[in-house]
Amino acid sequence: MKAAMKRSNAPIFWGLFGAGGMLAALFGPVLVFITGIAVPLGLILPADAMSWPRMQAFAQHWAGKGFLFAIIALFLWHAAHRICHSLHDLGVHAGAATRLACYGSAALGTLLAAGALWAVGF
Amino acid sequence: MSETGKNGKVIRIEVLRYRPEQDREPFLQSYDVPFTDDMSVLQGLQYIKDRLDGTLSFRWSCRMAICGSCGMMIDGEPCLACKTFLRDFPAGAVRVEALAHFPIERDLVIRMDDFLAKLESIKPWIVPKEERTLAQGEYLQTPAQLDVYEQFSSCINCLLCYAACPQYGLNPDFVGPGIMALLHRYNADSRDGAAAERMEVAGSEAGAFNCTAVGYCSEVCPKHVDPANAVNQNKTRAAGDYFLRLVRPKGGAK
Amino acid sequence: MSDPRRPYVRPMAGWWRRNPFFVEYMVHEATALFVAAYALVLLVGLLRLAQGEAAWSGWLEALRSPLSVVFHVVLLTAIAYHAWTWFRIMPKTMPPLVVGGKRVAPATITACGLAAAGVCSLAVLALVLVLAGGLTR
Repeated sequence: MKAAMKRSNAPIFWGLFGAGGMLAALFGPVLVFITGIAVPLGLILPADAMSWPRMQAFAQHWAGKGFLFAIIALFLWHAAHRICHSLHDLGVHAGAATRLACYGSAALGTLLAAGALWAVGF
Repeated sequence: MSETGKNGKVIRIEVLRYRPEQDREPFLQSYDVPFTDDMSVLQGLQYIKDRLDGTLSFRWSCRMAICGSCGMMIDGEPCLACKTFLRDFPAGAVRVEALAHFPIERDLVIRMDDFLAKLESIKPWIVPKEERTLAQGEYLQTPAQLDVYEQFSSCINCLLCYAACPQYGLNPDFVGPGIMALLHRYNADSRDGAAAERMEVAGSEAGAFNCTAVGYCSEVCPKHVDPANAVNQNKTRAAGDYFLRLVRPKGGAK
Repeated sequence: MSDPRRPYVRPMAGWWRRNPFFVEYMVHEATALFVAAYALVLLVGLLRLAQGEAAWSGWLEALRSPLSVVFHVVLLTAIAYHAWTWFRIMPKTMPPLVVGGKRVAPATITACGLAAAGVCSLAVLALVLVLAGGLTR
């Protein structure tokens, strides 16, 4: 038991998991509905609601940038943490390799999102 | 023999047997037990031991859900055998096994050395914040201060929450729900001053962050303690300690 | 082990199939796969947006395919289930909330969480309507 008494670094990943889970619970369903159902089908919202000039302007605005970055990055960190634990639950023990695969993917996605938001311009 | 078959009812009790000196692995053995509606599963086991098979081993003491000795898996759920009644198994059969996630010592007796070692590690007593002499009188507490920890003090160490916790089963290093509930019971007590020491356990690799909020521990607790809440409140507190230590210049960094 | 008492340790394989409570737990944990999938859909969209108008229009066109719409209905179901289970467990993750000298009931906390999700959803929909409407006029 003594070996396991080291201070855990889990708060970092648990914090990201919690933040992403809360965002997904509050905004996930409505965002899926808007981007994946309402706009493509022209339900409730105009079919051109996500047109190029509009979305470019949205991604260039600081608030739009912040929102897109938080949603994409935190959803990824939330999912990575949960999937890592689920693998442990299924008997794939959370060793360095599993953690690297889960959190590494989330980190890569975060970097790609930041890069794209940078490339979109200001 | 007075209680036997007064109403002519018989139940088949399947018991997971394990006798380490002769069995390679556990096996189910069935006993037909006559019963009345007021008989608990524990009384059914006592009937077996007294009249059918004296070799059956199980722990029990108070028969009234306060000693915490007779925890076992009853039809796959962690239960106190004294608080579960034979009349509630209308199919006429019930399966009884040793508490899940613990090594089986013999039949329905589990080995709890691991739990006892962990229990000691969290100092399960009040470490006074300020020593008072007898002449200074009692350590006073308001009803609101009592309310913060009172439910957690109802724990009877019956270990049902451990049998309900897959994370403990998957990683026995995890201190587990019961210990976290007791840790919280003392940390949340206004008279106690040892929270920082106990938080070393809660924030460690064996601590609260092994929990994935399954929540079944709180469902099975026979004393209505909410261990899942204790574990998760301490995740927040341990995370606070983790990040604050980086901010505070000489904070409690180890 | 050299322990003469020969304690028997039972295997954990398949533990989650032993109890309906655990099956539900695995199902709500699995919503993470759908959250990840949606994050990837958005990430691809963002990368296309950064590549210019033609790339962006291609992504929008892909979203209009029937397969994509069906996929998003599945995502919506899974992520809505995530929201419900997230707020269902929330009371267990919080310190006791005392309002007016009384402890707030767990069901009330769950209801407040769901209400907050409802408010956020309506706010986002309204915002999109205003922004989309404002620019067409």
